[in-house]
Amino acid sequence: MGDMNFIGQSVKRREDYRFLTGSGNYTDDIVLPHQSHASFVRSPHAHARIRAIDKAAALKAPGVIAVFTGDDIAAGKVNGLPCGWLITDVNGQPMKEPPHPVLAQGKVRYVGDHVAVVIAETAQQARDAAEKIEVDYEVLPSVVRAGDARSKGAPTLHDIAPDNTCYVWGLGDKAAVDKAMASAAHVTTLEFVNNRLIPNAIEPRAANAVYSRADDGYTLYVASQNPHVERLLMTAFVLGLPEHKVRVVAPDVGGGFGSKIFLYAEEVVLTWAAKQLNRPIKWTADRSESFQSDAHGRDHVTKAELGMDKNGKFTALRVTTTANLGAYLSTFSSCIPTILYATLLAGQYATPAIYAEVTAVFTNTAPVDAYRGAGRPEATYVVERIVEQAAREMKLDPAEIRRRNFITTFPYQTPVALLYDTGNYEATLADAQKAADVAGFPARRAESAKRGKLRGLGYACYIEACGIAPSNIAGALGARAGLYEAAEVRVHPTGKVSLFTGSHSHGQGHETTFAQVVAARLGIPMEDVDVVHGDTSKVLFGMGTYGSRSLAVGGTAIVKALDKIIAKGKKIAAHLLEASDSDIEFKDGNFGVTGTDRKIPFAQIALTAYVPHNYPLDKLEPGLNENAFYDPVNFTFPAGSHICEVEIDPETGRTRVERFTAVDDFGKVINPMIVEGQVHGGLTQGIGQALTEGCHYDPESGQLVTGSFLDYCMPRADDVPSYHVGTQVTPCTHNPLGVKGCGEAGAIGAPAAVMNAITDALGVRDVEMPATPQRIWRIANQKPV
Amino acid sequence: MYAFQYRKANTLADAAAVLSRNADAKLLAGGQSLVASMKLRLINPSDIVDLSGIKELAGIKLESNAVVIGAMTRHAAVASSHDVKKAIPALAALADGIGDRMVRNMGTLGGSVANNDPAADYPAAALALGATVITDKRKIAADDFFKGLFETALQPSEIITAVSFPIPKRAAYMKFRNPASRYALVGVFVADFGTGVRVAVTGAGPGVFRMPEMEKALAAKFSPDAIAGIKVPEANLNSDLHAAADYRAHLIGVMAKRAVEAAA
Repeated sequence: MGDMNFIGQSVKRREDYRFLTGSGNYTDDIVLPHQSHASFVRSPHAHARIRAIDKAAALKAPGVIAVFTGDDIAAGKVNGLPCGWLITDVNGQPMKEPPHPVLAQGKVRYVGDHVAVVIAETAQQARDAAEKIEVDYEVLPSVVRAGDARSKGAPTLHDIAPDNTCYVWGLGDKAAVDKAMASAAHVTTLEFVNNRLIPNAIEPRAANAVYSRADDGYTLYVASQNPHVERLLMTAFVLGLPEHKVRVVAPDVGGGFGSKIFLYAEEVVLTWAAKQLNRPIKWTADRSESFQSDAHGRDHVTKAELGMDKNGKFTALRVTTTANLGAYLSTFSSCIPTILYATLLAGQYATPAIYAEVTAVFTNTAPVDAYRGAGRPEATYVVERIVEQAAREMKLDPAEIRRRNFITTFPYQTPVALLYDTGNYEATLADAQKAADVAGFPARRAESAKRGKLRGLGYACYIEACGIAPSNIAGALGARAGLYEAAEVRVHPTGKVSLFTGSHSHGQGHETTFAQVVAARLGIPMEDVDVVHGDTSKVLFGMGTYGSRSLAVGGTAIVKALDKIIAKGKKIAAHLLEASDSDIEFKDGNFGVTGTDRKIPFAQIALTAYVPHNYPLDKLEPGLNENAFYDPVNFTFPAGSHICEVEIDPETGRTRVERFTAVDDFGKVINPMIVEGQVHGGLTQGIGQALTEGCHYDPESGQLVTGSFLDYCMPRADDVPSYHVGTQVTPCTHNPLGVKGCGEAGAIGAPAAVMNAITDALGVRDVEMPATPQRIWRIANQKPV
Repeated sequence: MYAFQYRKANTLADAAAVLSRNADAKLLAGGQSLVASMKLRLINPSDIVDLSGIKELAGIKLESNAVVIGAMTRHAAVASSHDVKKAIPALAALADGIGDRMVRNMGTLGGSVANNDPAADYPAAALALGATVITDKRKIAADDFFKGLFETALQPSEIITAVSFPIPKRAAYMKFRNPASRYALVGVFVADFGTGVRVAVTGAGPGVFRMPEMEKALAAKFSPDAIAGIKVPEANLNSDLHAAADYRAHLIGVMAKRAVEAAA
């Protein structure tokens, strides 16, 4: 058993056995004694005042235990949902933070807004009774599009923001950009929309809350990506409960993609009501509810300008974005179109002057927050679309214009706050071009043309900031939380190991990859390592899983805890081997005296720690259990090149992605199979954004038109080709595993690559996403929109 | 779903009796439309009468100039039937393209035809082939059967037992799918009987309809260029997020052309 033996191996996932045989334990599977069920009454209107709520008929319905509305919540002194990131506007003023009540207080602001909850003996009874609640609404005009929120005459959602503006925020050097633009040899301008997406994790949101009089404590089972954060926000900011009396468990969770990060009204209402009724209460969203009430993603309107010299070297980038936040601030919504967006506008390029201004607005739509990529797909879309357009205008090859502008020396301080540690963009692009057979494209294009089809090729050389985040930097930028991660390594007397991690696995495969890391480091079999996550009673603390942070931040916490274990093990070994601490080395699972054959295996050290008979009790405590909290010193910067090739049938507008090549630099790779899986998933989501997915609210009525899979088009396996996936490795310089994170990259690069290919095929400046057959047909045949 | 009473019918007469007694009762064939509607609480049937136990309702019979398919025959069975593939391959191919594998294992011909969803595939085949819908009471020609949006000539407790499809000289079905639902945005079934040509369109309007101008042109010359110049009117065509009327009108022309190419 060699050190680092499992690292780099495609170990099959341990989680899969229970998932594939239906033995998983999801929140909806959990049935508590005396279980009751909740059904939420939601607003059918985009914007309305609530004149009255009549509960009488519902209360008389079979099986009904209680009905709660906003009045009950207010009487119970339940606070609204908090926002975890304070953005300061261009005038130094804090952003507007309107109340976000868990049940509507006099007004509803989007279709799906939570108005009341019915609790009954069965889910069916709760649902039936919920239909009997009569709400008298005074319907108000609504506004749904980001670009319309600040128009004259637009209805006001919140009194504290009469013009529906949450903040106007800026980053970069405006004066430097203005100066450089004025003297630029050429300026490329592009206006585009980053379309709103609905997350649609395969498991809908669910919660089951119980209060126990026996210990005056609560347990909340909830489909969450971060149970400790859920607990902290709920107890400290919303319900005023003692944090140590509340246990939050996120059991098996069927995908999150960001949508399960946030504190939502439903679990808060359930937790509060569980005490009122002294009954456990369970709620599982149906898909229609998920469409309406899960936090949506993206929804930006942007104008970008790229200034360059006569050789296509970028001199300045100016970006103006209006970002739709939806009707209320969700937990992290304020930082997505700012901190996680504008700071990536340098891309892979050495553009010296950048300025971004973001206006965030409220509209009568579902709250918008992080969704796979969270701000970075939006940034990549801006940069990679305008760079490709610039190449076309300058009559330069799109790969060549990028080469002329790549950052080549590291570390590199960008003009938008980030310090890139390392990368090799040139190598990644060269690999991708080779794998994509770019050289053969002209011939393939000609062959397509013979069949009456249009073929196009597009690039996206993306970069992202992952491993969020150094707490002091985040705090300076407005974060109201720390962004470290925690790990506890518990070695049992028999040498088996339990790893408690603050990261959460809801598809990432941490039970496998983290076990690989621990087993490799300790030189023990993987079967001897158990990974525990998702339970605030078991795991010391955690900020959770999102932003591709688990391996970089969570993994480093694990390594640091392992370092402490090994350090203590060395002391124990030194005592047993009668040597000095500094003469002991740990290699291949054994503690030994350097330069001799004398060694003791890890398991024996473990047993000695718990049966300390031959032991330096005067200097060392028994036991072998260490924890570590790791606060990252920087973000990590995965980067890569995506190349997409499409073929369009101009007769119908149908577009097929013929090839998609991705060469990504994720630093060191722990499990290539899992990384590849993440890339495949991310690419499919990115292609989905570009080609098929689009959330649509009717501008007149504010109704959610795409309220089901009949109208919201999720990409299927036959919508995408087999991917060509490769990696480049420049190890991260500031974490011991050398890892950068890989979960979001596909979703970040793919949309720009696809749309660059489509605009190339059609010979146009821009095509709106999703590039549906109808849209493409109109453009290809010059039909009115 | 709302609460309902489930009944399994042993005979056709049993099923018809429940229907005539109870206006809120519904027949359960494959359930691929019915159950979905019930789950969304769009309908509230008091009773569900399951027809799957009535053996004589399923089956495929090859006659001298027609294929007679029992109402409870699943799409997958039609798609894989040696007789249908030989006699009317376009019909087998159509069945093979309905929904997905799970839908095809459960969905039935009778259910599809009785429901008359404006984007269903079978109505296009029935209308283009000039099929006869056989019920427990009478026989109805396809031209008289499909009345409008989810509306047919069936009386309240009348039950389809089979559909008889005349065998054409050649035929084909081309469907352009709604990318999200994968239902027919536009589906065109073209059938050449030698004595005449019939063209039926589904997906584009409130119900399936024929294209007389195309039928005439194709009867004179069965080739794509015979209909290339025909401009399909937009009036009365559906318009939604996925396809406005003008796009559908255009797709009708394209799918018809491709169907003729495939059939020739």
